[in-house]
Amino acid sequence: MTLIEFFIANQKDILGSLIRHFQLVGISVAAGMLIAIPLGIFLSRFQRFAPIILNFAGMIQTIPGLVMLGFALLLFGIGLLPALVVLSLYAVLPILHNTYTGITEVEKSYIEAARGIGMTDGQILYKVELPLALSSIVGGIRTSTVFTVSWATLAGLIGAGGLGDLIWTGLATYNTNYILAGAIPSAVVAVVLSGLIHLIQKKITPRGLKGVSA
Amino acid sequence: MIKFENVSKSYGESKVLKDLSFQINQGDFVVLIGPSGCGKTTTLRTINRLIEPDSGTIYIDGNDISALNPVELRRSIGYVIQQIGLFPNMTVEENIAVVPKLLKYPKEKWQPIVKDLLGLVGMPYDENAHKYPSELSGGQQQRIGVLRALAASPPIVLMDEPFGALDPITREALQEEVKRIQKKLKKTIVFVTHDMDEALKMADVIVFMSGGKILQMASPEELLQHPADPLISEFMGKHRGTVNINANLTAADFMKTRVLKASGSMQTLQSVELMRNRDVNSMIVLNEDDTYAGTVSLDTIKTHGKAGRAIGEFMETGVPTVNLKEDARETFEKLYTSPAGYVVVLNDDMSVAGLITKTSMAKAMGEALWGEMIS
Ligand SMILES: Nc1ncnc2c1ncn2[C@@H]1O[C@H](COP(=O)(O)OP(=O)(O)OP(=O)(O)O)[C@@H](O)[C@H]1O
Ligand SMILES: [Mg+2]
Repeated sequence: MTLIEFFIANQKDILGSLIRHFQLVGISVAAGMLIAIPLGIFLSRFQRFAPIILNFAGMIQTIPGLVMLGFALLLFGIGLLPALVVLSLYAVLPILHNTYTGITEVEKSYIEAARGIGMTDGQILYKVELPLALSSIVGGIRTSTVFTVSWATLAGLIGAGGLGDLIWTGLATYNTNYILAGAIPSAVVAVVLSGLIHLIQKKITPRGLKGVSA
Repeated sequence: MIKFENVSKSYGESKVLKDLSFQINQGDFVVLIGPSGCGKTTTLRTINRLIEPDSGTIYIDGNDISALNPVELRRSIGYVIQQIGLFPNMTVEENIAVVPKLLKYPKEKWQPIVKDLLGLVGMPYDENAHKYPSELSGGQQQRIGVLRALAASPPIVLMDEPFGALDPITREALQEEVKRIQKKLKKTIVFVTHDMDEALKMADVIVFMSGGKILQMASPEELLQHPADPLISEFMGKHRGTVNINANLTAADFMKTRVLKASGSMQTLQSVELMRNRDVNSMIVLNEDDTYAGTVSLDTIKTHGKAGRAIGEFMETGVPTVNLKEDARETFEKLYTSPAGYVVVLNDDMSVAGLITKTSMAKAMGEALWGEMIS
């Protein structure tokens, strides 16, 4: 059976895995954002906590995915939940890092002007710091997404489904068609999502900031 | 009215402001000047509570500002900084309207303000309102910075070396604009600089600071006549003769745009000092609306002038004028028949565009003949 015939014959399975993969990535990146953006903002207000938190998050990032999955399996059992927990954890760091540096690297003269003309701290954050950090934050989301697409292939190992399922099945049965049916879509998904977010990033950057790094 | 009463501020061991007491009257253009690190910025920033003094009290119109809400206080005081600090994510219009919006003005109220203000600095609304700061020149950016400070009509505007980063020509244009706006809108302006030329030109009152104290607070005239400290004389000396009057010649036309202009109400002594600083022997006198009124020469003031009189009294109107678009030949003829040795170039609206002297003419012609000349 050629690869194309295989794709056609198993389209239902492949499509199902693809959708599940999107779910894994979507949910964990969303969860990552929900944790990382407020945390990044908090750290930019209370910078003395920044080194310890950022180092801790960096440490999590260096733990191999399989080890993390193992821990999660012990804690939460088999299935979707442990996979989502682990993927969300991985999604946090790039977004956290970019939120924090995006905000703290906003030029001091803008803050000085904002405070001097009578903005409150909250207004400085919403009207000046966040808009200027936005491009950097979205860049972090993009990195997280690309990472998560590839990490999510591991989730098949603990019964969370996704394109990883096909790859692991293929590896277990020496069936290259299965491997490719998982690997090719996940590569395509990574490239497409990355490009898409890049487009969004350009779209939401005001004309005045193009070519100016925030 | 702003009143400082025994205001002191220290950072660790170093005393930055030492028991400052002085008073700024409503409608005055007050310039804080002095050597680097003498406490000018610190003084300025205590007025809008960006810095809180360790002791002493500052009153605005009789109210102790430490009892006011700092955010509300700042919204009622304009603030312009050297780095301009226009928000790069906002358009020109949004930048100017930022304080009115913080004060919850409806759009019907702030939009006309933006239009009026842009008109005030000769930047048409339609062309400029929707640009971003990065699309403007440095001079235009700082014009918008000044407008942002004026938008909510604060009676007081603080400016910290607002023109320090601009080239000399732009700087001069902005000095004139700000002075004109201040007179027109009757603002109290507290202006920091370390350029004596700028201080002499703009100030009603100069506050000379050194080491966190005021050495002298006086009118420009008084300061020139009776400097209270050798440091002040030295400071004025240092800023003498740094100006290259021939720097602005272009080959396209013969005029130089960097000319001394002043309103007829300027005091004679102040104008004499300005002319000496620039090494020129006459200056242009303007009407209230900035149109050309006449000229006044150093000689006339020397022979007839008395201290404390306005230069308008000694004004002459005999110098020929030409329109900006006048052709070179006509201009040349007028120049050579001009008894004063120069002609004044006017814009269509009768404001002064520049002037042409025999030297500037000869230099421009030389360049036309032989290419760029080394001056
Ligand atoms: N946050 C701070 N911490 C410690 N020292 C400070 C601080 N801000 C200012 N200083 C010191 O206070 C003194 C006065 O500073 P200030 O900025 O008012 O000077 P300035 O007259 O505006 O000088 P310049 O012309 O260089 O702008 C300087 O010696 C400066 O080093
Ligand atoms: Mg300063």
